[in-house]
Amino acid sequence: MLNYIIRRILYTIPIALGVSLVVFSLVHLAPGDPLSAVVGEVDQKMLAEMRASFGYDKPLPVQYLIWLGNALSGDMGYSLRSGAPVFEMLMNAALNTITIGIAAALAGFLAGAVVGMLAGYHHGTWLDKAVSAIAIAGVSVPHYWLAIILVIVFSVQLGWLPSMGAGSAAAIWSWDAWKHMILPVIALAAIPSAIVARTARACVMEILSMEFVEALRARGLPEYRVLLHVARNALPTVLAVMGLQFAHLLGGSILVETVFSWPGTGYLLNLAIFDRDVPVLQGTILLLALFFVLINLVVDILQTWVDPRISRG
Amino acid sequence: MSEKITLPLTIPGGQPAAAEVPVGGIAQRTYWQNVWRRIVRDPYTMACAFVLLLITGAALFAPWLGLPDPTQSNSGQRLLPLVSPGHLLGTDELGRDMLSRLIHGGRLSLMMGVTPVLAALLIGGALGLSAGFLGGRTNMLIMRLTDVFYAFPSILLAVAIAGSLGAGTSNALLAITVVFIPPVTRVMESVTTQVRTMDFVEAARASGAGSFTIIRIHILGNVLGPVLVYATVLVSVSIVISAGLSFIGLGASPPAAEWGLMLNTLRESIFLAPLNAVLPGFMIFITSMCFNLISDGLRSAMDVRL
Repeated sequence: MLNYIIRRILYTIPIALGVSLVVFSLVHLAPGDPLSAVVGEVDQKMLAEMRASFGYDKPLPVQYLIWLGNALSGDMGYSLRSGAPVFEMLMNAALNTITIGIAAALAGFLAGAVVGMLAGYHHGTWLDKAVSAIAIAGVSVPHYWLAIILVIVFSVQLGWLPSMGAGSAAAIWSWDAWKHMILPVIALAAIPSAIVARTARACVMEILSMEFVEALRARGLPEYRVLLHVARNALPTVLAVMGLQFAHLLGGSILVETVFSWPGTGYLLNLAIFDRDVPVLQGTILLLALFFVLINLVVDILQTWVDPRISRG
Repeated sequence: MSEKITLPLTIPGGQPAAAEVPVGGIAQRTYWQNVWRRIVRDPYTMACAFVLLLITGAALFAPWLGLPDPTQSNSGQRLLPLVSPGHLLGTDELGRDMLSRLIHGGRLSLMMGVTPVLAALLIGGALGLSAGFLGGRTNMLIMRLTDVFYAFPSILLAVAIAGSLGAGTSNALLAITVVFIPPVTRVMESVTTQVRTMDFVEAARASGAGSFTIIRIHILGNVLGPVLVYATVLVSVSIVISAGLSFIGLGASPPAAEWGLMLNTLRESIFLAPLNAVLPGFMIFITSMCFNLISDGLRSAMDVRL
């Protein structure tokens, strides 16, 4: 198993390099110079000087290597708009995204797993049908639309919760900060909870049809303890699905963060796109993608650890 | 109805088949006839197919339905509520007829949902087929490249590509196509690799079948079911993502009628006309859900496991 884990970690290195190359080339797909879009009409000499100071006058492969080397040491350049260090901007934004990401993942996982397992256990009843219907709706719902509906109902109509921003950034543990988190978290949790519910339901149904469940019942185990066994057997699969969903959730938070003006990475990315702020754009995409790679790695390793049969090779 | 017993039967490694044992001496049905029968008898799938037909049909024939011009604004009739005289679903923030815009919007939204999937099926299908069929280094190269693109969450990759290329429908289409190529390649590669090493392919080769025949009959025959199921799910995802791109300003541009863009421009009106503001998203939701349910129906009708 250790062997597998080491190989899995080593395999992440070429992937991460490939990701960085894709991120770098993506940004340079756009026609024109990154600077000319930002500074507008200035005299050519000044533009050339700025280009040299940002390193945009060097050939692309050299630019890539310099960028990669700097990024590895935590230097991601400076925003073309505000002049702030990209690394600092990213860390602040990432903290905000991870905060709602983890909250949404926990909420989605708990809701999905409990509801899905109950539905699978009571297979064929009205409860199962209701859960399945809600889950299929949850899988297909555009989360940015759900976000708008939440704003309309809870902010505009009822006036219970704020619709924008993160509140007083100073105190994460204040009620004000929590109030700002509730709606984005619900919008983000919808899809993962539906997917987890579907997985848990299918998983529980499959396990219930296995012989060992019958053996447990034949031994006279009370039903709740049978259910515990079932839950334990379903857990690795459900956890793995949740792990991947968590990773998708961070990447997919762009749209939800835009709706709520939540100061996270998605919002930063959105601003960077429309400002054509290349260093911020590159940094945000790279950070999110590397985070995704990392979570995939952790999920794989955890899964092998929970269920050694999975360890491939 | 005459009595018969249907034994769903998958010959290991062979073409999935369902043997029909006619009790009353009825002609046998082929696998696809059986699939069709199961689909037709599935009320959810049929209901979804009906809704989709309605939305697609209305979108296709929109210019001939006698609807008001979807881009004709009218400053005196802004944000009329639902069921207003002359405007069944009200008007938007520029006084344009919502019903007309929603129906016309289906043209762009559906096109942006379906085209990337078709393109990805062609490109990813060819890549996966080559990887699986040729094996060796080609397989290594293609699949490792796929892994790199797999390392991006789908929405992030779409936003990153569309954002780098700049706003516009064709850039959004390109972005979503790139997002879908890796998963299609993977599905295609795994099925092809499985089928390629089967005994019956060996037998076909021994009896003189060329690579082309083997690909056409055995591999494509086996891959059709899973790919069809997968493609319907992708369309459902694609509709949500493409509308999402338009929603953040990266897809269709004003004054075009497109569901995601409409949702975006109506966002400022949630205080005045919340119901109007919600409608375009409802269209995205219903369309996406119907494709999802149809995929579920196809999956169980064909007994596909992905």
